[in-house]
Amino acid sequence: MDKNIFLNDDRVDGIEKVTGRAKYTADQRIDNIAYGVFVTSIIARGAIKNLLITEAKNSPGVLDIIFYQNCPPVPGYRPHDKELNKRGFEWQGLKVFNNNLVYHYGQPIALVVADTWEKAVKAAKLVKAEYITEAFETDFEKLRTDETKLKKIGEYKRGEPDAYKKADVFVEAEFFTPIETHNPMEMHATIAIWEGDDKLTVYDKSQGPKGTQSQLARCFGLEEKNVRVITEYVGGAFGASLRSWPNVPAAVIAAKKVKRPVKVLLNRRQMFSMVGYRPQSWQKIAIGATKEGKLVGITHHAVSNTSRYEDYREGIVNASQFLYDCPNVNTSYKILPLDLNTPTWMRGPGEATGAFALESALDELAYKLNMDPVELRVKNYAELHPVSKLPWSSKFLKECYDAGREKIGWNKRPTTPGLLKEDGMLVGYGMGGGVFGAGRGNAAVKAILKKDGTLTLQSAVSDMGPGTATAMVKIAEGVMDMPASKIRFMLGDTDFPPGPTQGGSTTTSTLGNGVSLVCDALKKNLKELAIANVASFKTLSADDIEIKNEQLISKKDGSARISMSELVKVTGKEQVEIIQESGRAAAEAQKYAMNSFSAHFVKVHVDPATGAVKLKQIVATGDGGKIISEKTARSQMIGGAVGGIGMALTEEVLIDHTTGKYVNDNLGSYHMPLHTDVPYIDTWFPNKPDPVINATGAKGVGEIALVGFAAAVANAVFNATGKRINKLPIKPEDLMS
Amino acid sequence: MKHPEHNCDGEGRRSFLKKTTAITVLSIAPKALLNAGEQNEAIASFFEKAPIKLQINGKDYSLAVDPSMSLLDMLREQLGLTGTKKGCDQGHCGACIVHVDGQRVNSCLSIAVDNNGKKITTIEGLGQGDKLHPMQEAFIKHDAFQCGYCTPGQIMSAVACVKDGKANTPDEIREYMSGNICRCGAYPNIVDAIMEVKKSGQKI
Repeated sequence: MDKNIFLNDDRVDGIEKVTGRAKYTADQRIDNIAYGVFVTSIIARGAIKNLLITEAKNSPGVLDIIFYQNCPPVPGYRPHDKELNKRGFEWQGLKVFNNNLVYHYGQPIALVVADTWEKAVKAAKLVKAEYITEAFETDFEKLRTDETKLKKIGEYKRGEPDAYKKADVFVEAEFFTPIETHNPMEMHATIAIWEGDDKLTVYDKSQGPKGTQSQLARCFGLEEKNVRVITEYVGGAFGASLRSWPNVPAAVIAAKKVKRPVKVLLNRRQMFSMVGYRPQSWQKIAIGATKEGKLVGITHHAVSNTSRYEDYREGIVNASQFLYDCPNVNTSYKILPLDLNTPTWMRGPGEATGAFALESALDELAYKLNMDPVELRVKNYAELHPVSKLPWSSKFLKECYDAGREKIGWNKRPTTPGLLKEDGMLVGYGMGGGVFGAGRGNAAVKAILKKDGTLTLQSAVSDMGPGTATAMVKIAEGVMDMPASKIRFMLGDTDFPPGPTQGGSTTTSTLGNGVSLVCDALKKNLKELAIANVASFKTLSADDIEIKNEQLISKKDGSARISMSELVKVTGKEQVEIIQESGRAAAEAQKYAMNSFSAHFVKVHVDPATGAVKLKQIVATGDGGKIISEKTARSQMIGGAVGGIGMALTEEVLIDHTTGKYVNDNLGSYHMPLHTDVPYIDTWFPNKPDPVINATGAKGVGEIALVGFAAAVANAVFNATGKRINKLPIKPEDLMS
Repeated sequence: MKHPEHNCDGEGRRSFLKKTTAITVLSIAPKALLNAGEQNEAIASFFEKAPIKLQINGKDYSLAVDPSMSLLDMLREQLGLTGTKKGCDQGHCGACIVHVDGQRVNSCLSIAVDNNGKKITTIEGLGQGDKLHPMQEAFIKHDAFQCGYCTPGQIMSAVACVKDGKANTPDEIREYMSGNICRCGAYPNIVDAIMEVKKSGQKI
């Protein structure tokens, strides 16, 4: 099929995705595969006294039932066993089947392996457990004020603490956010295949195949080169695949034990109890300002939950330290261990939670000051990073404010809440700002120029959806000056050179730099090959040659000329290969603060009869530096806004505190935004290259697309109704009381 | 509070199936079998594979399937048609939507053996060979997906939306498509893609 039938900015993997040919982990067809289905705990804390497996074991098709009593020794579970685990590595997270302890409801306690999925499911229900139960704690709201249970994570102070109290005007408010889950449409899956005693191939839903490879090699005492991790396509992740969950070691253990490839696919309920989530939080924020609106002091305290077996922390209070220019700031952050599974990074981790409080409180302050909320932000615009005192490598947030105001029609916003009506609905406008770190990590990329003139690029990254391959092809297209249709970017296989984990909005920056550098190296190499092998180039130096339109041409008079494909043929090779490593941002970058910024503007309707909130218009603006692929970047901003609608209005995991069970652990009861919840979404980018961060000038937009959005909705709801709702999600009943 | 014995997927469906299989067997089975199969379990095992004939993407199939198998798992695990996705296995998300005799169906909620004699179209059978279906082209053009996982279900639903005459306005599309969840949030672009196909007046 000819991919050129599509416009240049279409996704390079679009055809694979719309035809169903794209292979996600569970889609892989493996001969002689067996199926593993988890049995999970129905208590929140305690131990398994006895696991009754006889009936299940005799069930048709069952190959094995793996649990703590028969789990083979896993080196990574025993960091102090020098014989088994020379490197002293310890598996992070739940050590599945390691012992009989139960840390949370829904914890995997056994894996039933059978020759078909149906038989495994059937047998799994025959496994019975007798438990020793212990008292447990899952109620965050009840316990968050109990200092004896909290762990201090960090404190920050600049200037005078609680200086807001002395300001002309100040606001103080508490904010509450629930557990939110990523729940990507693809459920987590792992296929493990032992290719001998010391060689392992794993198909896994991973945001970082290299990371998974390294973890597995160390956990199972294998050479890293003997572990191959393949992640061809990822069906969404949003942070949920930044680390490995119990399905990964369980599949590997099971495949070893039954001597067959084993596929472990979580079901939707298990996506709640075995995969991490955005933790529940409480925040108290106070902001003071002069009568003119200059910030005097910000105080921000936060508590979020973690599990009993790991300390999960995130930067909830960080943006309050640096998003605005303010002389006095103090923050604190604590975590509360509960008998739940461990939370994890979810899109805009920490920042999204913190921005809800900061940006809502600023809005409230603006009303108190009788000031436009955007003007309040402009008045306190930070030109230097307030913590490091460094200049930003680039910052075009004011431009975002301007574009957002214009596109949403900010001048129609009523300054007094609750007055504007449209079609019988209360109308409100709101905005919220977002920020996230930008940076650049290590990446290696291989470039292969074949004699047919096509260029293949390879790196062991995966793409959870933003369109990494598409962006990389566009970068290569620009550097090589050759058509995108002749460039292929291959990813998702640890046999390729090491690429970064896709997270924290750094892939385009990190990998794009690698692609840019490898293309530069390839061009240099081609010039040298031309000088060495082609008569008309013999007298030229590399500086005399340019590569344009797939040809090497003498800059002087154009007399020497050869196509790239011809050059490969002349050298007598099938292809020219080169691997280039790209490092972290250079020393120059240490002189700058690096962030991406966003400003979200929304218009809502609130039904005065029911309290239902509906988004009517959204403008999402983001300074992500240079936009490599406008089409996919726009989709990321839209996706972030949709995630923000969920955070603001619909998403909340509910816990039955009498059992510790997640009550709404399915997509029918955990409400993610649907088609009917989402209006047209306008996006805008300053699209100004960052001069410092990397060779392409791209900073990244994945997180800022969400950070600050929920506050924009809450602020619009206040503008419509005069009701300030500081507890997410905002529910109709909150507005009717 | 009463707890379930254990959490494992498909529990309810399987027990339902055992019961219904037993009832079916009672009505059609010879006496000898009934004597042999005193328990539901034995009957279920005896009838472990049920024969069905059906057409998938224009091709005739004669299959023996596990009576507890869903249409989705039959397509994916037995026939390798993995374009149809398992997003929840509970009928909530729409990732598994296929057309059965021209109607959109959540294939995870359809028992495979119930599809005897039916005509199934999956995402793999939507285009004509290498030529994409107009809806597939429109999805690419409007970037109506990111990760692509819900996309086969969205497209099958979108084709049904236009065919059923429910694509006249963006709001009508949103209502019709609200059983197809997209966690990447490509909804606005999906609506654009469907509107374009509808407006083009192409026969689909």
